[in-house]
Amino acid sequence: MPTSTAPDADTSLPGKIPITLTVNGTEAQLQLSPWVSLLDALRDRLNLTGTKKGCDHGQCGACTVIVDGRRVLSCLTLAVMKDGAKVTTVEGLASGGTLHPVQQAFIDQDAFQCGYCTSGQICSAVALIAEGRAKSADEIRELMSGNICRCGAYPNIVAAIQQAMGRA
Amino acid sequence: MAAYIGTPTSRVDGRAKVTGEAKYAAEFNSDGLVYGAIVTSTIAKGRIKRLDASAAKRVDGVLDVLTHENRPHMADADQAWKDDVAPEKGSPFRPLYDDGIRFSRQPIALVLAREWEIAVFAATLLDVEYASEAHVTDLYAERDKAFVVEKPAKPRGDAPRAYAASEVRHEDEYFVPVEHHNPMELFAATVVWEGGGKLTVYDKTQGVQNVQRYVCSAFNKKPEDVRVVSAFMGGGFGAGLRPQYEVALAVLGALALQRSVRVVLSRAQMYGLGYRPATIERLAVGASKDGTLNAMTHEATAVTSEYEDFSRNDTGWGGVLYNSPNVNFVHRLARLDVSTPCDMRAPGAATGVYGLESAMDELAVALKLDPVELRLKSYSDRDRNEDRPYTSKQLRECYAQGAAAFGWSRRNPEPRSMRDGKELVGWGMASGVWEALQMPAAARIVLTANGHADVSCAASDIGTGTYTILAQVAADALGLPIENISVKLGDSTLPDAPVEGGSWMAASASHAVIATAEEVRTELLAAAKTIENSPLADAKAEDVVLADGKIMSKHDQSRAVSITDIMRHSGADRILKEKKHEFGEDSSHARNTHSAVFVEVKIDEELGIIRVTRVVSAVAAGRILNTKTAASQIIGGVVWGIGMALHEETVFDHRFGRIMNANIAEYHVPVNADIHDIKVIFVDEPDEKINKLGVKGVGEIGIVGVPAAIANAVYHATGTRVRDLPITLDKVLG
Ligand code: FES
Ligand code: FES
Repeated sequence: MPTSTAPDADTSLPGKIPITLTVNGTEAQLQLSPWVSLLDALRDRLNLTGTKKGCDHGQCGACTVIVDGRRVLSCLTLAVMKDGAKVTTVEGLASGGTLHPVQQAFIDQDAFQCGYCTSGQICSAVALIAEGRAKSADEIRELMSGNICRCGAYPNIVAAIQQAMGRA
Repeated sequence: MAAYIGTPTSRVDGRAKVTGEAKYAAEFNSDGLVYGAIVTSTIAKGRIKRLDASAAKRVDGVLDVLTHENRPHMADADQAWKDDVAPEKGSPFRPLYDDGIRFSRQPIALVLAREWEIAVFAATLLDVEYASEAHVTDLYAERDKAFVVEKPAKPRGDAPRAYAASEVRHEDEYFVPVEHHNPMELFAATVVWEGGGKLTVYDKTQGVQNVQRYVCSAFNKKPEDVRVVSAFMGGGFGAGLRPQYEVALAVLGALALQRSVRVVLSRAQMYGLGYRPATIERLAVGASKDGTLNAMTHEATAVTSEYEDFSRNDTGWGGVLYNSPNVNFVHRLARLDVSTPCDMRAPGAATGVYGLESAMDELAVALKLDPVELRLKSYSDRDRNEDRPYTSKQLRECYAQGAAAFGWSRRNPEPRSMRDGKELVGWGMASGVWEALQMPAAARIVLTANGHADVSCAASDIGTGTYTILAQVAADALGLPIENISVKLGDSTLPDAPVEGGSWMAASASHAVIATAEEVRTELLAAAKTIENSPLADAKAEDVVLADGKIMSKHDQSRAVSITDIMRHSGADRILKEKKHEFGEDSSHARNTHSAVFVEVKIDEELGIIRVTRVVSAVAAGRILNTKTAASQIIGGVVWGIGMALHEETVFDHRFGRIMNANIAEYHVPVNADIHDIKVIFVDEPDEKINKLGVKGVGEIGIVGVPAAIANAVYHATGTRVRDLPITLDKVLG
């Protein structure tokens, strides 16, 4: 945070750019400044607050969403870079009234407490399972280590992912 | 009663949390919402000489910049800013109050704009000139000036003399650095301008009524004009016990603009809030050759701010756990130019018991005695500090069951004697203790003719499982399936509850629900009696129970009337009861939870990398209302203990009086790969004295003892005793 700024500092704002995002199957047209993160576009512009902000710096994983099939930290992603992309957030995982197997497993295994890291954990887990990379508990721990859970639900998160993999 | 109590019921709010429906403080969007970005001080002490916001104000979309010079009015008196859990002594911090700077990262301005990004950009354009003063942020530099604040227990005997006369002695210091809670959710408040002077405040807090009273007194508002809501909270751990400055800033913004305002702290700004104070724990323990404890001195010196005296009981725990005829406990505070510390999971105990149980391990080593043996030799069936019995204390069982599950008997006591390939293996243990507190609380139950009940209370569920246990307790007390119970929490307009903390909510709120359910039952009985030929015509209140949607005689289940029939007969469509429950004042017994923690570490001999491969935590905490969510609380506490032992440290550059790792990448908390096998055992501990349900609470006990058990295991693995946390690999290799 600068302590001294010239009074004639440039205070002009960047222009807005039109983009289209397909979020959870629904197409959305947005006019966004280039500095708007995908995370803030989802939370503040599209009112999809299920995706969480824990640091805004790519350090915690709370903002994880699935973009074109890959796990992405939405706080480190400028929304305008994803023009035309397909985004899946935690709100888009259940079909009708039925929870996604990973969501159900998180409830069954008590894989959360406060629930604030949970959307990110679940999106990470869904993509992780789709990637087919994690087999053992140790691999799950390693590959889920980008998602911090301060409540410390880690053993139950691993159990939930194992449960979901068994069903998948 | 007890179809649901004691079962591993899944969280009733689980669906809301896994679908993203649960809304947290920063997630209440509305048209025209104004976003506030905070500017914080870069110096640790002094005052603001000049603050020029003209460039920021020129940015298109900026609505105002609030500083101490132009903010709306707020109360001047300290008393107006004292919240329910403020330290007794001191002058609470109030943001944008004046030009004074008391700590680095103190908020000095709030930039209000129509978009978040614009506010953040404009916040970088402030021109601030400070008059700095010399500051001190290093506890060791101020330790000689530390003053005694409290004696948690009277001294007994003559600890220094007994120590000097003891056959086997151990004396040393242990250090716990500043730690920050770092809940995953950023501190945030959304103040909705309802018009007519009314505010709805969505705040990240562990106590909505505490915040409500605070906002009313600080901003001179009528109680009916301020409603505070925190139905979900993304982790608190004590950080949200007191109102934090985001709520005061958001209210200031709303008052200034007469619009709805949201203020969200950045992760870095959260390092300007409260924290676990750095503490030096000095222990001197002496025993006779057979391991009988003779003397215990525990002196703690902890950090507080220049403006408030925050202190917790670090040093009394030895008198609760052990039987030593000579004890002396002293707690000191050193004032530094930092923000006031605050409660952080098991405040006082997490730190104090780390020192105590490390010293006990060192004494066991000196005595060549098994550490469990040493603890059993001085096991106390009474709280020696107050000389009274416990309502219950199954710590002996914790040691026994924990040791058995861990395989402790196979431990070779020699340090560096156990290994697994290129890793050294260490086994350590420690005891844990916490208080079983309980507070007055009220609940409301609305029972409708279709056999559905709404249960409500102002209590917050900060992830601990309050929604779920209250649904279980209500279902049992009302004799209804749990699907028919809805629980509403975290709204200041609901019946009174204390702040959520100290592990007291489970006992406090569940007894409020029980007491209210009893009122419902009484009314149902009265109504049932008015039915012609009522099978309960001569039944007394104590003779009936609610079960299967009916009120029935305890002695003869065929004498029953269904809730539906009663309501149909009386013509009422619902019964509403609200009752406050208080626990009798009774200090004849000590109320505590206990634990025994057994830990295995594996340490790479060449690289010094430490892994906590196994933990067994055996807990005695009275009746466990929900074995699933309670186990999660303990697991979470153990993970916190691992973080405290191995990872967590808020690093200051004392030259600037500033925290250098104010982010969640350089302030290390455990990640998934750090956590391995954690086994939780709840030891059976029936307790008829403590309260009706025999509940003690489990939020804190899980962390207590874990750091010492890990430090002791590290010593056992390596032969190196590390006495300052966190135990990083350089200290083990060095
Ligand atoms: S909010 Fe994106 S990683 Fe933390
Ligand atoms: S559930 Fe609270 S941070 Fe993971």
